[in-house]
This record gives sequence, C-alpha cells and structure tokens, in this order.
Amino acid sequence: MPSSTDLGRPDPDSAVALTRDGRPVSDRGDTVCVIGAGASGLTAVKNLREHGFGVDCYERETGVGGAWNWRHDRSPVYASTHLISSRPFTQFPDFPMPDDWPDYPHHAQLLSYFERYADHFDLRQHVWFGTEVVRVEPVEGDRWDVTTRSTGGYGPERTSRYAAVVLANGHNWSPKLPRYEGLEQFRGEVMHASSYKDPAQLRGKRVLVVGAGNTGCDIAVEAAQQASRCWHSTRRGYWYAPKYVFGRPADQVNDTLLALRVPLRVRQWLYHWTLRLTVGDLTRFGLPKPDHRVYETHPIANSQLVYYVGHGEITPVPDVARFHDRTVELTDGREIDPELVVFATGYLPRFEFLGGGVLGDEEGTGRPRLWLNAFAAGHPTLAVVGLVQPDSGIFPIAHWQSVLFARLLELRTSRPERAGAFARRVAAGLGERYSGKVKDSTRHWFEVGHADYLRALQRALYELEGK
Amino acid sequence: MSAERVRVVRAWEWARPERAARREVLSALPPLEQAKPPLLFVPGFGHGAWAFAEHWLEHAASRGFPAYAVSLRGHGGSEPAPDATLRSYTHDVVQVAAGLPRQAVLVGHGAGARVVAHALARYPARAAVLVAPVLGDWATFGTALRRNPLGTLPAVLGAGLRLNRRQLFSRELPDADARRYAARLGRASRRAQWQLLSGPGPEPAVGRPPVLVLGSPDDRVVPPAALTRAARRYASAPLLFPGMGHDLMLDARWREPVDAILDWLEKDPAPAAG
Repeated sequence: MPSSTDLGRPDPDSAVALTRDGRPVSDRGDTVCVIGAGASGLTAVKNLREHGFGVDCYERETGVGGAWNWRHDRSPVYASTHLISSRPFTQFPDFPMPDDWPDYPHHAQLLSYFERYADHFDLRQHVWFGTEVVRVEPVEGDRWDVTTRSTGGYGPERTSRYAAVVLANGHNWSPKLPRYEGLEQFRGEVMHASSYKDPAQLRGKRVLVVGAGNTGCDIAVEAAQQASRCWHSTRRGYWYAPKYVFGRPADQVNDTLLALRVPLRVRQWLYHWTLRLTVGDLTRFGLPKPDHRVYETHPIANSQLVYYVGHGEITPVPDVARFHDRTVELTDGREIDPELVVFATGYLPRFEFLGGGVLGDEEGTGRPRLWLNAFAAGHPTLAVVGLVQPDSGIFPIAHWQSVLFARLLELRTSRPERAGAFARRVAAGLGERYSGKVKDSTRHWFEVGHADYLRALQRALYELEGK
Repeated sequence: MSAERVRVVRAWEWARPERAARREVLSALPPLEQAKPPLLFVPGFGHGAWAFAEHWLEHAASRGFPAYAVSLRGHGGSEPAPDATLRSYTHDVVQVAAGLPRQAVLVGHGAGARVVAHALARYPARAAVLVAPVLGDWATFGTALRRNPLGTLPAVLGAGLRLNRRQLFSRELPDADARRYAARLGRASRRAQWQLLSGPGPEPAVGRPPVLVLGSPDDRVVPPAALTRAARRYASAPLLFPGMGHDLMLDARWREPVDAILDWLEKDPAPAAG
C-alpha cells in the first residue's frame, strides 16, 4: 500500500537545508534510511514498510543477499558453505524456507531464499543498488544526514536527511589478520579465509589452516580431501559437536532441552555426556582437551573434522609461534613446512562511515557499546540490525530487532513517554550480555545465546507496547 | 481465546519442526499479469482444494486475481495424515503462501478460517477473508450438535465429523450437485477436530492485515451470533448473504460472495490498526 514518501530518488532540487559544512541536503521527511540489502537490511526494509514507513535502502552491490551472495566481492562464502544452524532456527519467523529443503541448506539456496523474500514483499523498489554510504552524521532533532555516492567513488556525493537510520552493513566482511613474527619473510602462499572460494585452491598442496571456527573446520576438512597434507592449528581445545545427534539436527535436540527450561549446568553436563558417548575422547586423536565448558565459546558444528583426524588426513597442531622463510614454528617447538597458509581467523565489524562516538566506542577499539546489540545511548532514532553472533541462526534475530525498532519509531509520535522510557532502558543496559560466561576475545564480542537474547528482546517488545 | 501477544521465543516450534508433506495446490491464473495480489483459498475440515476449483478459482482469475487453493494434509489430493494437528494444517497454509510469487491474501472457509487465523500469526498476509468461519467455540459445537446430532456426536469420540447436505447447501442447489459434493467430503484428523474445540487460540496476526468476515444468516453450521463474534474480533461487521448454506463457494448463488471479496480487495483496504 503506497505512501507518499516511498518512491523517487532523493532529489537535490528540493534542498531546503544545509549540512554543517554548507552542502545542500534533500530532506526525506519521515523516511527511514537502511544501509545494506543483505539479510538484515532486507528484513529491516520489510518490517519498516509493514509499519507504514517510507524506506530508502542503500546497497553498494548490485544485488540483494549481502554476504550470502557469492557474486559480491565482499562475500565470505566458499563453494561448500552450508548452514551451521538447521532450518527452523535460520529462517525468518514469518517467511519459512520450503519444508522440502534439507535440514542444512547450501549457500546458493540461502541466496535464492533472500531473493524470493525481496520479490515476495516487493522490496527491491526501495533499494538503491550500486550506491555506497560515505558518511552518516547525526543532526538536531534526532535526524540523520546520510551522504552517498556510486560504489567505487564515481560520481558526485549527495546528502539526504532522514528521520532514522538502520545500520545493516554486516560484520563478516572485514578480515581480521593476526600478527605473527616473521610472516613477511615467509615464502609460501598466505591467504585469509575470505579469499578461499573453491577446494581447487588446495589441491595437491601442503596446507596449514589456522583457526577453529566453523569456517576453519570446513576448510580443514576440504584440505583433508584435496590437499596432499593438512595441518590444523588451534589456540585451544574445542568441543566439536556433530551436526546430527540421535538422528536429528543437534540444535533441535538442544532446544528441546531449552523448551523444557533445563538449567545451563545440566545442559552442559548432558552435552558433555552425549559428546563423550558419540564423538568420544578427543585427546586420543591428539587434539587438546577443551579448557572450557561447552557453550562458553561459539559452538562449532562439524561432524567431519574428527572423522578426518581419525583417518590421519588432518594433523592437529597447536598455535603458530613464528614464521621462517620456508617453515612455520609451532608453540610446542615443532617445525612444519606448508606451501599454503589459510587464516580462518574471523572478521571485525567496521562502521567507517560513522564517527566512533555514535555507537559508544569512545576509545576506538572498534567495539560498539549497545543495548540488545542494537541500540546506542543518546541516539533514539538509530538501530544496528544483525550485529550478533548467535549460537543459532542470525536472521530471526535481525527480524525481531527491526520489528522492535519499527514499533519504537511509531511510538515516538503516538506515545512519546513510552519511547522515553525505552531510551532510559537503553542507557541503563549498555553492554548487557545475553549468554553464559564466554571466553574473552573479539570472536565473542557479539556472542549471544539465541534463547537468552530473544527472551530479552521479547521482554523489551512487551514493555514498549505496555503489555 | 486469542492469545494477547505475539510470541518471539518459539522453542517447541524450533525443536520439533513440522514434517514435510506432499500438498495438492490447484490454481487458476489470469491470462495477463495485472499486479493484483494472489489469493490462497483454504478449505475447511472435510473439504479439499476441489471445493474452490469448482467455481471460485476460475472466477477470481477471470477478474485478474491469480487464484490458488490448497488441500490441507489428509484432505483432497494431499498426502494422508491421520495424526495431523491444527499446527500441521497451519504449516501447510504458511508453506504454500510463502511459496507464492507475491504477498498473498488468505481466504479460509469453515474450520479453514481457524487455520487461517493461526497462519496469520506466522505469515504477514496482505489481507485475510474468513468465510463462514468456524473459529471453534463451544456455541458452534452446540449448534452442530442440535442440527445434526448423528453426524456430530461420534466426532467427539474421534470419528470423522459428518455434515449433511442440508447443513452445507441451500435448497436452491440441484439435488444431484449436492449429492455429488457431499460424496467428495473427507474428514480431518481426530486431533485437529479436538483441537478446534480445546486447542490454544491463535496468536495475534503479524503485519496487520485487514480482515473481512462474511457468511450467511441461514448457515446451518455457523449461527449468526458466531459470525458477529468472529467479525468483532477483527473490529468489523460480517457481510451477509441470506438464503445460502454453509458452503458458499459451492451453493447455487456462489457468484455473489466471491464478487464481494474481490470488490473489497480491489478497494485496497487499509491495514488494521495496530
């Protein structure tokens, strides 16, 4: 159902205001700006439209799907990427994936799912493709000046003023590369997992994979199948959960316990017990013993890693100490001679278009201080959507974050006192965690337990609506 | 009976996803795409997609609306499902709706309206139409018991609910047609029948769809008071078609209600207040 503000490119002729440094601004009235048309951006556009808001969404690429669109140059997916959480945890709560899809769909299916979502709800008409955001600046009246230009820096910049901004630019595209002594003089090939696309890159080589995230484990397994030799270096011992237990997706079994409200300690005990019975004692394979309880690091779901370790195709090794010109020295003193080193060491969030203070990151560590991983203090018309690292699917969380934000924007006009109470709640709750104790590392900055997080979000939604 | 708030944490639904089932979907598409929303017709207990394929699908398509009808599992040409629950039926509707190319209008008839009411909490329909809705209160059950004790009483004990011709159709419908339709009726699962009376009510609809309720004051399954109650839940009044039986899509004057639905949709009703 059309509204007066939903069509038409921001028009510089209608400029009525100026930015602080005197550039013309086109005022977009009550329209909301969404940055990014990946999974989080799309659900933000859909939910804001559903609540009657006009939306301008800017997307630097030429298609939807963000990280899940393998055509995008920032996409981290590789040929064999599959979901880690099973379908019911991953789909949008109001747009299920087809029930004849597998439990763990392939990334190409995910992309077709997002494309269908965009078409089904007619979202593409609100997205300006090939447009990147250069600057986002708060202006008085809790409004925002958003400066954009064509992707790649061509063409003039233009600035539009919006009533609210949703940041949905993703957090898995800016590679985190650890520093190692001597890495510069290493003669072998070095790559970050973000440039790993196809197992052909590993074929016949001696490969060292660094990092035991889900990506690191996937690449180690592919190296086991393709490479002539594979070492897998991890900082600590981890719990490698199989994707299926008792003939069902492991996360569905786990959530049966959550639905029964089994306490964390008991769940940990049951989990350890199940793993001992099914996967067995990992130290027998030469893997280090986990130094933490399960649920204290981001879960790794990989049934094949232990299998290939058991077949001698993967050699587990400890952390890298330093690089020499042809060899790599490990912390236990061993030296190995890989031709290719793949760093599956993760990603860091980046909001290069935004002053660090806006998201509460005064020291410039790159870590925003938010409530519900979405709301910043002092900026009631700003939300970050999808900045979570759940032990489950991310898309339902992004959906509910954007629903909550849309309701909040509505209540700012109809019930300002409720919106005010919400702002106080944001200020009081900055930096709240929604998981059990986790290991301190950038890997776990945004770690949330999906049940804890969604319960907190549900509470916030009910409080906001006064129900 | 309706729960007040939409549920965010759905641990049981995540932990125990509904099984996939082969579903029959019949359709009639307009020759030219006209940017009108697709309609998904959901038949009530015992009926299959055939009930809409008889007249309504073609008629909607002739007026430019892509029209689809699904058979709930265990009905019509869909996979047999003796253990289906209301949740399985809801799952079927949401799956088919989400599989359509554009945001759909859900049209539920009889107990299918109850299924649609549940589906509205899991899929943001563009609009919803409840035709002679059996939302499942005890009053409806009382009416059925009074009008057709022999067909209704065994259903309480787990047999199929049997509706007779005189409950479903007006006297205007030729007897041969009435017999032919009645012979095609199947049954819903025992659990779903029981849940219609005792199961938890639907959560509030997501996406604020406008809702239209219509029926007949001479319906011998849904009493007029139940129609009014159903309409009031969605803040409106029912649209009435006197002289028709419960199965408005099969009765002699089937054209009037479907035209009323399409007229209402063409006016592009505003979203419900939220």
